[in-house]
Amino acid sequence: MNYTKEQIWQFLAEIPDPEIPVITIEELGVLRDVEILPDKVIVTITPTYTGCPAMKLFEDDIIKTLHSNGIENVEIKMVYSPAWTTDWMSDKAKEKLEKYGIAPPVSGSQDKGFLFESGPKTVRCPQCKSTNTTLKSQFGSTACKALYSCNNCLEPFDYFKCI
Amino acid sequence: MTTKEALINYCLRIGDTSLILGQRMSEWCSNGPILEEDIAMTNIALDHIGQARTMLTYAGELEGKGRTEDDFAYKRHEREYYNSLLSERPNGHFGDTVARNFLQSAYFYHLYSALSSSKDNMIAAHAAKSLKEVTYHLRHSAEWVVRLGDGTEESKEKIQTSFDEIWEYTGDLFEMNEVDDVLIKEGIAINQTEIKAKWDKTVDEVLVRAKLQRPKDAYMHSGRLNAIHSEYLGHLLAEMQFLPRAYPDAKW
Repeated sequence: MNYTKEQIWQFLAEIPDPEIPVITIEELGVLRDVEILPDKVIVTITPTYTGCPAMKLFEDDIIKTLHSNGIENVEIKMVYSPAWTTDWMSDKAKEKLEKYGIAPPVSGSQDKGFLFESGPKTVRCPQCKSTNTTLKSQFGSTACKALYSCNNCLEPFDYFKCI
Repeated sequence: MTTKEALINYCLRIGDTSLILGQRMSEWCSNGPILEEDIAMTNIALDHIGQARTMLTYAGELEGKGRTEDDFAYKRHEREYYNSLLSERPNGHFGDTVARNFLQSAYFYHLYSALSSSKDNMIAAHAAKSLKEVTYHLRHSAEWVVRLGDGTEESKEKIQTSFDEIWEYTGDLFEMNEVDDVLIKEGIAINQTEIKAKWDKTVDEVLVRAKLQRPKDAYMHSGRLNAIHSEYLGHLLAEMQFLPRAYPDAKW
């Protein structure tokens, strides 16, 4: 193997999320580990949601990226523990999300409220920055997002929900 | 019965219930009462199918005969499925679906809370992961129970009837057999009576808030543990398994 673990990590760190191309799999927290063995490279990733259809694309992109750097034998290992959380998302990634038009997870804390205790949370409109917004649905265009609308600029928007 | 045999069966119970409920929810795709709900229900379907994949894959690994998640999903017959009777109930109208999903989600919520500290690492990891997802499912269905129950005269009557009709399938969720005995002893599974107590509390809390009557416990159907099902599972499987059975090993 001609590369160090850090170099391989760097190749992978640049792979964008297929659904939200402004953030990378590293910033998202999906990329967990790289291990170099004499005959292969093992890349460990964790799913955001168990049914996230992007996971297959993540795997394909990882293999493609390493192949293009001359690393042929790649194994993808999927781990479920510790469970992925939006707390792993960096502040930089959150800023990029907002600029892209998706409200980032609020305060990075897990929304632990169950049933009705969860209470309303202030989610800022990524367009006009108003906090006068309304939750329309806990489930949005993908599993990881909720649907909001802004009462100020009247635009609907996605909110990356805390898990 | 060895621990491994018991664990395989336990994975199938969880995985099959997720798979069948996921398939049911996917039937709502393009049929939701409003666009937001269409999207919500297909999101929930996806979560359940994801959860099923983890458990069925793990069952295959434990078994060690090379069976994949797809083999389990597409190549088993009705009498080899261990899903809850509740999960296979037809969607009916929106209120019927809400009632079914609420009762099943409250079960999953408390089951996964408990299994997060299972001594089997894979079960614990799966439970901790899935708990985050089913928390949203529970909240979603509970909010609808309240909205319909404490809504108009018509919505109240409809959802009360939904609960009354489906109630006899809830007893099946909490039954136990030798599989549970073996796994509880190993600290892998949880005693269903503990789940039942917590489930009762959650169900009561939501029904009171929704101004609905909790149906009286009367005759309860039984079947999950012995892979005995209502007439509905066969029809569901016929649709779900059609393609892989008609065109074996077809690839995209």
